[in-house]
Amino acid sequence: MSDTLSPRSADEVREAVQWAAAEEQPLEVLGTGSKRALGRPVQAAHALDLSALSGIMLYEPAELVISALAGTPLAEIEAALDAHNQELAFDPIDYGALLGHAPGAGTVGGMIGANLAGSKRLKFGAARDHILGMEAVSGRGEIFKSGGRVVKNVTGYDLPRTLTGSWGTLAVATRITLKVQPRAEMEATFVISGLNPREATQAMTAAMGSSAEVSAAAHLPPEIAAVLSAHGHALSGAATLLRLEGFASSVDYRFAALKALLQVGGTVSRLEAEASRALWRDVRDCRAFAGTDEHVWRISVAPTAGADFIARVQAAFACQAYCDWSGGLVWLAVSGEDPQADAVRAAVADVGGGHAMLVRAPAPLRTAVAVFQPQPEALAALSARIKAQFDPHGVLNPGRMGS
Amino acid sequence: MSGIVMPRPDDEVLARRGEIVAALKRLVPGEGVIDAAVEMRAYESDALTAYRQLPLVVVLPETVEQVSAVLRYCHENSVKVVPRGAGTSLSGGALPVGDGVLLSMMKFNQVLDIDPANRAAVVQPGVTNLGITRAVEHLGFYYAPDPSSQIACSIGGNIAENSGGVHCLKYGLTTNNVLGLEMVLVTGEVIRLGGKHLDAEGYDILALMTGSEGLLGVVTEVTVRILQKPETARAALIGFPTSEDGGQCVADIIGAGIIPGGMEMMDELAINAAEDFVNAGYPRDAGALLIVELDGPEAEVDYLLGEIEAIARRNKASSLRVSTSEEERNTFWAGRKAAFPAVGRISPDYLCMDGTIPRKALPEVLTRMRALGETHGLRCANVFHAGDGNLHPLILYDANQPGQLEAAEAFGADILKLCVEFDGVLTGEHGVGIEKRDLMPEMFTEDDLKQQQRVKCAFDPKQLLNPGKVFPVLHRCAELGRMHVHKGQLPFPDIPRF
Repeated sequence: MSDTLSPRSADEVREAVQWAAAEEQPLEVLGTGSKRALGRPVQAAHALDLSALSGIMLYEPAELVISALAGTPLAEIEAALDAHNQELAFDPIDYGALLGHAPGAGTVGGMIGANLAGSKRLKFGAARDHILGMEAVSGRGEIFKSGGRVVKNVTGYDLPRTLTGSWGTLAVATRITLKVQPRAEMEATFVISGLNPREATQAMTAAMGSSAEVSAAAHLPPEIAAVLSAHGHALSGAATLLRLEGFASSVDYRFAALKALLQVGGTVSRLEAEASRALWRDVRDCRAFAGTDEHVWRISVAPTAGADFIARVQAAFACQAYCDWSGGLVWLAVSGEDPQADAVRAAVADVGGGHAMLVRAPAPLRTAVAVFQPQPEALAALSARIKAQFDPHGVLNPGRMGS
Repeated sequence: MSGIVMPRPDDEVLARRGEIVAALKRLVPGEGVIDAAVEMRAYESDALTAYRQLPLVVVLPETVEQVSAVLRYCHENSVKVVPRGAGTSLSGGALPVGDGVLLSMMKFNQVLDIDPANRAAVVQPGVTNLGITRAVEHLGFYYAPDPSSQIACSIGGNIAENSGGVHCLKYGLTTNNVLGLEMVLVTGEVIRLGGKHLDAEGYDILALMTGSEGLLGVVTEVTVRILQKPETARAALIGFPTSEDGGQCVADIIGAGIIPGGMEMMDELAINAAEDFVNAGYPRDAGALLIVELDGPEAEVDYLLGEIEAIARRNKASSLRVSTSEEERNTFWAGRKAAFPAVGRISPDYLCMDGTIPRKALPEVLTRMRALGETHGLRCANVFHAGDGNLHPLILYDANQPGQLEAAEAFGADILKLCVEFDGVLTGEHGVGIEKRDLMPEMFTEDDLKQQQRVKCAFDPKQLLNPGKVFPVLHRCAELGRMHVHKGQLPFPDIPRF
């Protein structure tokens, strides 16, 4: 890295990108750099550091809306929301533990660029479901805005949502407006101990398909549950977790309803408030694979396919895995030199398709192996045409999403 | 026909009509091609009935292969295409063009797969919104977005407009409830996006398609999220002396951490029109009426209704009734759901607007709207999705009185400008279409609009799909792609560098 530009305003971002486009000098777009180890590494002589573009510009709790400059630390946003008993409903994952750096390091721009989501995705969606508006600088060096500050809006194409998860390859977001939500009055986790993967899938499917409004459902096999117990969570043996949030009377009522519904064997226990929150934080952040040197995959499949996917890869090579999103999200840790990309993607295809992302691996591997799920030809060509319309000279994060 | 001008038909294409119709008949055999003017009448407008235009020809394909073949033919032969679902658009989104094919997707009407274990359903785009719920309700599920036209509107059209409904504060819009699509590009290429899994590969083109008003591609299959029906639902009918009091009550409910399933407000004129029509028991003397619906486990609904009652009393509620049966709850809603036809009874014609504003701006926007009504000499009834800030002013006019349609359109434009002035937007769920096309510069700069149009160029460089909609000024893609760059010295000596 020879040179870092640190613009302090959207106009300065525009000037920097205009220069980069004119000189065809690629830029690596950064907030705090907490996600540099995610995705395909970018080769760029210049960095565009947005951390000076920071600050909450508008927060109206009664309107359920917050708007901030892209370099604003996520921790600052969460603290502001917390002070009003509100939160980001999609519960963004914190990659700190998994990637080996301090937690709480990212910015709101990075959260949107990576379309973060957490365990509550089944009920509340991902960052893309909560973005309302964006101001950005395209790779052409032009400032544009799209969306607004209201939930219901079909005035023009939904560019904020489209740019969410584009890893800074289409435009540099300068300001982001998000929908927020009241924090639940309380929460508890319905824990079933001792289920095998097939029984766990049945239990999670039944719970998610009931009117108990489960906000998250995960299954930890015994070896993963053991790692999390070592981090202080009260688990023994395989643990199937169902999260309930809401008003106190409602949580108790739904807990009882689940107990009546799920006659699947195993032992039922209940984790209260802080114990529940702490456990889900570690499930969300993939704490079970923190501090190891295994390659880590994040795999998104249909919820009922998760257990089948895990069985297939475990039959093929040495690995550990657990699932979140009622089976729809599999965290997979692969030992040894080879991340087993072909075998992982073959298993994804065999269980009905989905998306496999190589989340943690040394940079040379993330260059050699497709980090994101490869696309069919017509879709890849369309994506390339979209990229060219935003960033014709390819100066923004070249190669970040693929070669 | 008033102020909105559509692109002039291309004489060269009109001259080729016979050849085009013959080619399409080879691609879509049987009764799939309609070219007699009398039969094409049914397609000459959508629910924005003030605008009518016969298309060049109507095509009703039945298979993805046919859609692909028709689009490929049109692309190769530079023929415009207007996709159409059920034709319930209030913004003219499906208004035909005289030199283009009207592509109706209504033969795509099958439910393909119901998968309760993955809480998903796969349907064809011509299935109605309510049809999805009907197909899954025996399993205890429903499809959440519920636009008031749900009995007629198609899911394909819902995707085109990112439709909402009364429950979207809690359950989201179409974009939050669609998991996957199969679509055909204008070149005839078929692509699939998403599915029963949640993470998207690459750019979120699913998000881009939702709300793209038929300008980017033709949807041929939809995977939606279905939800378990809430255990119970009850509604409260709360009257207030003024809309200020009602607005404050809404803010206080959300401030208390309560997200109701639905929250709707009506003004005095709308209350009385609805009451005359359906006798829902609305308080005629109230300045504003709020319907708040709570859904979920019974214990939660009971508790929250108690909280809401207390909040309403603090905000000077003049009347308050809570539904005690499913029948009574439906009666509470009957008036609101019939508000449009109810207003239709008290006025020969009405124009339905669709701006969104921050909730808190409601009292001031209503006051300013009344003043605008006096300026234009027209009355306006208001129904308001109070939960999400989506405002539906219904402008009453008589098309048989010379100048009234023009006055109503001018009043409507002023209302939408007012919404933008208060940090709102031109359209919440009806779409820009032709109706709000020329107002886009009120909300967007030229650069904003050009970047939007460049997205279209990635899909449709010849700009054949749904031309004349959404964008007030058409630019050729070659022109949009041009960049003016000045090579040379660094133009930003002041930016800190490290």
